[in-house]
Amino acid sequence: MNDSTGKKYISRSQAVAARMLGEEMMIMSIRDSALFSLNPTASAIWQAADGVTPLREIVERAIVAHFEVEPDTAYRDAVELVEALAGHGILKIAAEPARS
Amino acid sequence: MGSLVEELNARAIELGVPLGVHLDLTWRCNERCIHCYLDHDGAGELSFVEIDELLVQLANAGVFFLTLSGGEPLLRKDFFAILRRARELSFNVKLKTNAILIGERETALIRDLGVESVQVSIYSNQPEVHDAITGASGSLARSIRAIRLLVSRGLKVTIAHVIMRPNRGHYPTVRALAAELGAVFTIDPTITPHINGNRSLLALNIASADLRDVLRDKSLVADSNEFAPAAPSDEDLVNGIPCSAGHSSCYISPFGDVYPCVQFPLPSGNIRRQRFIDIWKHSPQLAEVRSIRLRDLPVCSTCAHATSCSRCPGLAFMEGNMRGPSTQDCEKSYARTAIPTANMVRH
Ligand code: SF4
Ligand code: SF4
Repeated sequence: MNDSTGKKYISRSQAVAARMLGEEMMIMSIRDSALFSLNPTASAIWQAADGVTPLREIVERAIVAHFEVEPDTAYRDAVELVEALAGHGILKIAAEPARS
Repeated sequence: MGSLVEELNARAIELGVPLGVHLDLTWRCNERCIHCYLDHDGAGELSFVEIDELLVQLANAGVFFLTLSGGEPLLRKDFFAILRRARELSFNVKLKTNAILIGERETALIRDLGVESVQVSIYSNQPEVHDAITGASGSLARSIRAIRLLVSRGLKVTIAHVIMRPNRGHYPTVRALAAELGAVFTIDPTITPHINGNRSLLALNIASADLRDVLRDKSLVADSNEFAPAAPSDEDLVNGIPCSAGHSSCYISPFGDVYPCVQFPLPSGNIRRQRFIDIWKHSPQLAEVRSIRLRDLPVCSTCAHATSCSRCPGLAFMEGNMRGPSTQDCEKSYARTAIPTANMVRH
């Protein structure tokens, strides 16, 4: 199916260090040493970033189903988050699903 | 970034998580530094299989910051296999090396495997001084060549400069060299006793007057508060812990021995006999280290420098009492401020 609807696919970069600390995830970009602590919703997105599931579906499954949040707001927040992480080379965003 | 690291460290202490581990892969070395606090015997080192298993245990325990060091870690033939495994397990890896064995191929591997930063010791910009300290002729040239390679491939390099008698006064030129190479510069005016307790290395420490000059060099100590001690009344600090050793970090030797810190050689368990997490959670030695608060230190809690002192409990331990003062830190506090320390006036 042609993905002309602006679907986003996110995958985790290899150039990071990551570890759960309590309920949050510590992530450091190896490229620029930027350090992030992701809250449980952001951690859920990170963990689901398999490169083949559209971001909207990740948000529905990992966020909307578990946290009390309106789907469009959750999606907008997720886009903002993944763009910030992509800016530090922590996540990759693609318009097509990754080939396995 | 500094404050987020501090925040994570505080959370790790609260949760009892070992956030950082310093793992020496070998004590063998291709240099023979005159101030080195290690033996160089490789017999009994952990095998690759043991280190692989240890890395999994460390990841499961929550370790995030992993320093790979030695000895010279690149002397291990399986060094890059270990590094690859560490990165597969998503550690933030910092490498401490003399860089002598780092050429084009090694630089590419270090970069491609995702090492966060590399620390190299440089003692002088003069080959005859640096090489006399390392005991390895040509070592300055080789280390500098490797630093250039690492920086040119985008790696973050820190030049660590230890000051001792033979290189006293060389730090401005080494700092300039670091700037020219594009490396971060750090300085350490403390020579530590041998890990076996022998204190003869301390004779290499610079004289008090030189220490005073270094510690009062405002270009090194940017924060002028360092020059005036705070009153020992700050509730947080008095009830605070001496440092992260044993609280959110620890050291593991090439033979599997666990200590609170590389500079705090209190045997707390061995990963060949126990799982790392069991040592971390249940070692009586680590429990004792964790129980100590600044208010419990009989001499230091009465000292004018109590809240500003760099007191290292490991150095105090090597002097015979982990609750006692560390004479080298007393000397630093005095050199910085000219205010006598509690250690100087006790009987
Ligand atoms: S103060 Fe001493 S024991 Fe504590 S972390 Fe630093 S070197 Fe280790
Ligand atoms: S100056 Fe000495 S006595 Fe005072 S706090 Fe530091 S280590 Fe303790």
